[in-house]
Amino acid sequence: MKKETMISDAKIVNESRRAFLKSSLMTSAGLTLGIYFPAVVARQAQAGPGNAGSEAVTQATFQPNAFVHIGTDDSVTVIVKHLEMGQGTYTGLPTLLAEELDAAWSQIRVEAAPADATRYNNLFWGPTQGTGGSTAIANSYEQMRKAGAVAREMLVQAAATKWGTPAEDVSVQQGIVSHRQSNRMASFGELVELAAQQPVPAEVFMKDPHEFRLIGTVLPRKDNVDKVNGSAIYTQDIRRRGMLTALVAHPPRFGAKLKQFDAGETKKVNGVVDAVAIPNGVAVLAEDFWSAKQGRDRLQVDWDESNAFKLGSDDIMARYKTLAQQPGRVARNVGDSEAALNEAGRVVAATFEFPYLAHAAMEPMNCVIELNQQGCEIWNGEQFQTPDQLAVASVLGLQPEQVKINMLYAGGSFGRRANPQSDYVVEAAHIVKAIGGQAPVKLVWTREDDMRAGYYRPMYFHQLKAGVDAGGNPTTWQHRIVGQSILKGTSFEQALAKDGIDQTSVEGAANLPYVVPNITVDLHSPDIGVPVQWWRSVGSTHTAFAVETFIDELATTGGKDPFEFRRDLLREHPRHRGVLELVARKAGWGQSLPNNRGRGIAVHESFNSYVAQVAEVTVAGDGSYSVDRVVIAVDCGIAVNPNVIRAQMEGGMGFGLSAALSSKITLNQGRVEQSNFHDYTVLRLDQMPEVEVHIVKSTAAPTGVGEPATPVIAPALANALHAATGQRFYELPLRVTS
Amino acid sequence: MIKLTINEATYKLHVNPDTPLLWVIRDAVGLTGTKYGCGRALCGACTVHINGRPTRSCIMPVSAVAGQSITTIEGLNSKAANAVQSAWRQLDVVQCGYCQSGQIMSATALLTDNTNPSDEHINAAMSGNICRCATYVRIRAAIKLAAKSLV
Repeated sequence: MKKETMISDAKIVNESRRAFLKSSLMTSAGLTLGIYFPAVVARQAQAGPGNAGSEAVTQATFQPNAFVHIGTDDSVTVIVKHLEMGQGTYTGLPTLLAEELDAAWSQIRVEAAPADATRYNNLFWGPTQGTGGSTAIANSYEQMRKAGAVAREMLVQAAATKWGTPAEDVSVQQGIVSHRQSNRMASFGELVELAAQQPVPAEVFMKDPHEFRLIGTVLPRKDNVDKVNGSAIYTQDIRRRGMLTALVAHPPRFGAKLKQFDAGETKKVNGVVDAVAIPNGVAVLAEDFWSAKQGRDRLQVDWDESNAFKLGSDDIMARYKTLAQQPGRVARNVGDSEAALNEAGRVVAATFEFPYLAHAAMEPMNCVIELNQQGCEIWNGEQFQTPDQLAVASVLGLQPEQVKINMLYAGGSFGRRANPQSDYVVEAAHIVKAIGGQAPVKLVWTREDDMRAGYYRPMYFHQLKAGVDAGGNPTTWQHRIVGQSILKGTSFEQALAKDGIDQTSVEGAANLPYVVPNITVDLHSPDIGVPVQWWRSVGSTHTAFAVETFIDELATTGGKDPFEFRRDLLREHPRHRGVLELVARKAGWGQSLPNNRGRGIAVHESFNSYVAQVAEVTVAGDGSYSVDRVVIAVDCGIAVNPNVIRAQMEGGMGFGLSAALSSKITLNQGRVEQSNFHDYTVLRLDQMPEVEVHIVKSTAAPTGVGEPATPVIAPALANALHAATGQRFYELPLRVTS
Repeated sequence: MIKLTINEATYKLHVNPDTPLLWVIRDAVGLTGTKYGCGRALCGACTVHINGRPTRSCIMPVSAVAGQSITTIEGLNSKAANAVQSAWRQLDVVQCGYCQSGQIMSATALLTDNTNPSDEHINAAMSGNICRCATYVRIRAAIKLAAKSLV
């Protein structure tokens, strides 16, 4: 056991390079924050996930801190501050707390934390509450364990007091507190009342990793019952008394404004109650979804498109290519890459093109909002509590703390529900404001609305040049990136734009792990009138593809094995090398394959987790291909729940595979050409390869797994297609020439 | 007025006969396990059973199913359904969970007809159900696990 001192000002130091919310929103509290442990209170237990605070049930509980309360019925309710959007945080965070509490997994229940950054801030984001950047486990690792350890200590003290025994002789196992010498035992519930009277300890014992009993084992997900029987509640499923459903007619082009509208036919539809102008269009309110949809279909709207964005994807890419002829702002410079290029024996050059991508979560964006005497209340798959509170308060003329938010399950997000402009949440606020708060409003976007509302992964153009010496080793590396800044114009710009460089545009490129003596990475961030946003794994979605296919090309054009070439150049990065070697071994790298098949490898670090993948493909004569098998190795530090990690590796890879195979958003004269899953195609079951996941054993602090598998599949697949066909690929999605 | 039989209960509803069954189930009847994902029968999130057949409720006019036996995720109760739901829990298939009602409805219909489906049978029955979390590896494995328990 290792003693941790002074729980009341326990410090957690942010070691993530994604300290990205150190922005104008933040105070100078910076990255080191205390954990909030309120005085011990007996409180009323509250209803389950999503309903925190709304329906109290009468049962005495012991609540030693903001993250756990224990009932007389032995239930241990863990309050989770992060959004459950599929990544398993309602399982992972309770595992941490239950570990130090020595609770039985079966007695753990989960409750969503309310929006309150004083208690539930993301410790990597300063005083901001929110979920993203694969930070949930990493920022909570100490916080949740300490919260559990405090509760355990107080239960032990309660038992010691009750039995008149020294606390040192009291042990806890599987939710049972016992004193072996006197053969006495008690459940948590039996000790609740006494535990609540114990002082909060100034010091707690924390386990060493080798003492972990729950962490590292396979525990069933806490959301695998309600999500299997249809009872899980999402924003879509909320119904409030008198609630109206709102659909919004958005402008056909980004930047267009409402001129006027005629709702005459709309209001003839049975069930339609009102049609109101809001800043981003016209909202049709009805008693139910279908009436609102019928009403919106009949709306006549005139748009002012004088300031609308009217370029197409081809125009944008042409502009990017022109920009790439000039040096950009330097994100990283080592040695003299230009001089070394002039001296290089062999030069390899390539350019890469990436389209806009929609998140296309299964649950289209939606939000329920209701005005009341205290302010307003929101029900949402809430990913960005603090920014959303500020934005909604500003629309409604409230204080941020008057914006109560119920965090529900999100039907996927992939970054979309953490919108720096709070776009759809603000839209809901404008609607309820426009009707004077007369009724609760459920804003619902159709799939078409969701697909065309923007906030895409930006288009990018990359240009790479490398010089290679006689031995085939790279001596110089130039990487130029052109694409919109995700952060520009947002409240997060100040935090991440260092020297004019948006770090989310160059992550995965500027930190090239390969040994090259001369490196220049530079960036152009042009202004384009298309709203953009982070998309699962952010900058790595494009940088990993450019770097990992280009390094592969350097290897094969120099007659070297792509695995051995990488392995040698990763000599300064043991964790990259570790996953690379593991995946190669497990995938049978080097074993021969039939002619029409190929095997490709890629390795990439994002959010301090390391992932390598080997993809195997079969290519048919007509250029069609199938991905047969993907082997994945991951190093994410201590594996908190190996089964959740495997699931995130499978699913994160699958999410990236959609973009590798077929997904893209294109613009034609400013209009988004795609609208639904027939023209924005995504991975389906028959396209899913066999997947094997191998987890590196580690004692390092755990890092996230929601995103890091996503960027690795496209380069691994492209490299496999090269092995099978001899072709190289410079564009996503990947098309083989027959 | 339209008379519907959902999960063996009878509902008499005043709804527009063109209204898709999905929105009648969700907004008029109040059963929310069946999800909206695309509105065009492209994603499968809205899958229900009509007389045991998997059907996309988002494009099915309610008037077309009056008097027929409609089953939603809330009303699933058969040997195949129990096997499917149990396998789903055992393998921790779900992630965000939003598509899973539809996945389970499709998988249950498959296993009701065929307790020993091949990979091709599974592809044919399940490729209309999109999962953006890409839980497909586990969906396939869970169907096979459920099939084993039905033998």
